[in-house]
Amino acid sequence: MTSTFLQFLFSGLTLGAIYALAGLGFSIIYNASHVINFAQGEFLMIGAMATVSLVGLGLPLELAIPLAVAIAAAVGVALARFAVVPAGDASVVTVIIITIGASILLRGVAQVVWDKEFHALPAFSGTVPISVLGATMLPQSLWVMGVSLAAILALGWFFGRTMAGKAMLAVSYSRLGAQLVGVPIRRVLLTSFALSAGLGAIGGIVVAPITFTSYEAGVMLGLKGFSAAVLGGLGNGLGAVLGGLVVGIAEAMSAGYLSSAYKDATAFVIILVVLFFLPNGLLGHKGSERV
Amino acid sequence: MMLEIRGLSAHYGRIEALRGIDIAVDEGELVALVGANGAGKTTLLRALSGVHPASAGAVRFEGRDITALMPERRVDLGILQVPEGRQVFGPLSVEDNLRLGAYRRHGPDVEADIRRMFQMFPILAQRRRLPAGTLSGGQQQMLAMARALMGQPRLLLLDEPSMGLAPILVAEIFTAVKELKRQGTTIFLVEQNAHAALAIADRGYVLETGRVVLTDTGTALLHDARVKEAYLGL
Ligand SMILES: Nc1ncnc2c1ncn2[C@@H]1O[C@H](COP(=O)(O)OP(=O)(O)O)[C@@H](O)[C@H]1O
Ligand SMILES: [Mg+2]
Repeated sequence: MTSTFLQFLFSGLTLGAIYALAGLGFSIIYNASHVINFAQGEFLMIGAMATVSLVGLGLPLELAIPLAVAIAAAVGVALARFAVVPAGDASVVTVIIITIGASILLRGVAQVVWDKEFHALPAFSGTVPISVLGATMLPQSLWVMGVSLAAILALGWFFGRTMAGKAMLAVSYSRLGAQLVGVPIRRVLLTSFALSAGLGAIGGIVVAPITFTSYEAGVMLGLKGFSAAVLGGLGNGLGAVLGGLVVGIAEAMSAGYLSSAYKDATAFVIILVVLFFLPNGLLGHKGSERV
Repeated sequence: MMLEIRGLSAHYGRIEALRGIDIAVDEGELVALVGANGAGKTTLLRALSGVHPASAGAVRFEGRDITALMPERRVDLGILQVPEGRQVFGPLSVEDNLRLGAYRRHGPDVEADIRRMFQMFPILAQRRRLPAGTLSGGQQQMLAMARALMGQPRLLLLDEPSMGLAPILVAEIFTAVKELKRQGTTIFLVEQNAHAALAIADRGYVLETGRVVLTDTGTALLHDARVKEAYLGL
């Protein structure tokens, strides 16, 4: 009984770590531009698919992964540069619709560049299960949690300790104030897309040996990352991490104790509950700040 | 002339908020711009900082045409603004707000300037680790001013620094403005509080619905019958 619970918990934490990374991607872009980037899931897919291809070309994993992350980041910058920046002063809703269009386009391109098949990456350190307190865990799960934790800590350091990170936060607290001290807000926007895409790619890559990947893999990952970000309070980094873990654990528990048919529904239920009862998320600000 | 504005117009959609403004500010001067709510004062400062586009006319700064320059490049030239409503970075600490004021600068003299700001506004030193959003309105105004000073302004643009403040704080803010002028900073001061602004200004302009309708020395405007009637409530 407890060991099944632990089993579900491990799998929930593994998924949750990925949703946390995807959720952070939503929050970083939201902070820089108030845009909700619905192409976020595609970054996870591009990272994983590009790694699969590069490994297929004979590159070792430790070379293929950074290269794939760089490719995803470049796609992110291109998306910002050629789809978001030209929209200029268009309303936020317009830009959100542009990102939905971009996600469809990216999936189409992925289908052409790659294929419609499912692909697996080799696990980073084998597939011999580790047993913990009667439950078992794949070594890849440890990779997922460890890499996610490292990425989250690095991000926390960047936004909490460096001037470049604080300047990006400043844009979200007062765009005008940031412009008036000379923060180049267009570069902040491009940086936020590069960061979110890179972060998403990392998540997509480390989880690919467990969940497989395909040109469509970004759809669900993106939606779950979005529910993580909304649950934590859009724009709140710590909130996105907590939200990701909650969504991941809820998904694993409902799949385990109810039926795996409910797996994906959990995230939608969470979005609806949050929108009805907690419009500012778990850690969001009450009411409207800065008027 | 340090700042020369020629025939400047600006729009919000089809609304023309500025209609051919001509204003000049000389180095070392304190020039006041007064006018009723909605006259276009904030729009003019936004255009000067490059955060709102000009639709006609030109702005020259130290002989150089800056009409189309990006906001951050104007900060590099020394054009710093204390905006209406302060626009401090609420969740960041007072000290981080000051550091961000020096975002375009590098080097050790930033720390020295932060100490200078703490001497000028001791309350900010006491609150240095607190989020800026926890400060009172008057303290936030001082922080916004100190943040702009961290950018080493050659031309300081002030948008209604006395708005919403208790009289004693208004006096404190205006004392700081006079002190900055004494130290040689060129200041363009926008105010609805026409009396206080004209009293310390070398020269002044009166703005009405996007047009300059009157200009003279500060003292002359203070005693001008039209100004008295329209803006001083006399
Ligand atoms: N964001 C905006 N959108 C549309 N109209 C605006 C906007 N900001 C200001 N205006 C209009 O432009 C005119 C000038 O406003 P503003 O420059 O803020 O005046 P002031 O600072 O002198 O009170 C006003 O008629 C105001 O209604
Ligand atoms: Mg105004």
